[in-house]
Amino acid sequence: MAESTRREPVPQPSARIARHTPLVTPAPARWLTALTWFAPLFAMAAQAYFVSQSAPDRDMGHLQKIMYVHVPAAWSAFLAFFWVFAQSIRYLVTRNERADLQAASAAEVGAVFTGLTLALGSIWGRPTWGIWWTWDARLTSTAVLFLMFVGYLALRGLTDDPDRRARWSAVVGILGALNVPIVYMSVKWWRTLHQPQSSPGTLDPFYTLGLRTNAVAFSFLLILFIAHRYRTHVAQRVREMAQDAAALQRRRTT
Amino acid sequence: MTTPVQAGWRADATRVMAVCVKDLTAERRTKSNFNAIVAMAGMILLLFGFALGADTEGLRNAAAGVLWLTILFSGVLAFNRSYQIELESGALEQLLLYPGERWTIFIGKVLANLAFVLSMEAITLPLTGVLYHVSFPERWPEVLGVLLLGTVGFVTLGTLYAAMASRSRSREVLLPLLLFPMLVPLLLSATQATAALLGGDVMGDSRTWIRLLATFDVIFLVGATWAFPYVMEG
Repeated sequence: MAESTRREPVPQPSARIARHTPLVTPAPARWLTALTWFAPLFAMAAQAYFVSQSAPDRDMGHLQKIMYVHVPAAWSAFLAFFWVFAQSIRYLVTRNERADLQAASAAEVGAVFTGLTLALGSIWGRPTWGIWWTWDARLTSTAVLFLMFVGYLALRGLTDDPDRRARWSAVVGILGALNVPIVYMSVKWWRTLHQPQSSPGTLDPFYTLGLRTNAVAFSFLLILFIAHRYRTHVAQRVREMAQDAAALQRRRTT
Repeated sequence: MTTPVQAGWRADATRVMAVCVKDLTAERRTKSNFNAIVAMAGMILLLFGFALGADTEGLRNAAAGVLWLTILFSGVLAFNRSYQIELESGALEQLLLYPGERWTIFIGKVLANLAFVLSMEAITLPLTGVLYHVSFPERWPEVLGVLLLGTVGFVTLGTLYAAMASRSRSREVLLPLLLFPMLVPLLLSATQATAALLGGDVMGDSRTWIRLLATFDVIFLVGATWAFPYVMEG
């Protein structure tokens, strides 16, 4: 598509959505280009520095360093799910399709980070606990969270009507988020193997610094991924609407 | 509202009952659906028995979990069906066009599905007792109460998610995929309470789980009734 035609507003299919400024394919944003360079470099630097510089743990030795990816991944997944929740509410209140596409992007990225958290946790668990998986509160609630994301994405993939898809996935996103604290609390009664979060009081300050730096780095990555997925989603929707409009036009003229 | 619609709780209750009776009548006239699902439940119970092996003590310990999984697996088949009847003849649109609040349709459908699943359980429960060597528990009223509480939460969420799943592609996969993760806390507290009660509950474990179960029911009922109009509009 030529640069000049790209940003033309396309006729909107539903009156609800038309109340808002029409969807347009987003122009290349300077901040996103900057973030595309910055986030991965920052994450790589933070990983390299803290993995190489932090002293081996008293009990776990060098194994402990998997913490610098495992915990930030979990942190990012929770942030992503929070974003799905917030954007789902925003969609139901404002009916702005942008909110729906934001939620969809966050859910995709969140599913990846949740899956990563589970995989990295397993890799950590095998040498320290001697098992890949255990029926522990933290593990099971994370697995349930992952399956909820998967269900959410399956619902989006299997619903064709965009208006319906947006409404339904907003409902599933909100109810799913409602369930997360319930899952977390309900399994608290179970005997738990997963350690509680280490507090800065018990942790070497250098570990804390490494963890926090990497959590920030992962958050930048999260924003980067969501922003890119969001742009792709918007572009796809604009193309779909253009195709619909063109088909309608053809039918009118013949 | 400008249309002369009857308002008040009495009118709402009439609408709820109308939807419920309509669904149950449709079910009663065919019966084939109910019979098939009960047969399915019986088969799941047998299959679990084969998978677990013929060790009496092991079967007895597994009974509560098996019972709940059987209810979940066979009950989930009923929910899509409750919208399928409407979709086939385009009756859903008409149902939505009737005056009155949308949530009354939801509650009506929940009640009809509840009657359906409870009658299924009336057969599944004694069957589980026989197949898994569970003797008649002393505190059977409480077991029935736990069964009722768990079923209310299950049916509430199932009816809501089926409203979406039944109208999208490959609904057979989508409904369990959406529903089961949401049911984890419910399944957990229901099985724990049932297991405690079947084992005599000397430690009084069941009380906490029953309270938790009731809390989930309230949260799910409120959440699903709130969400249903959003799911149904258009």
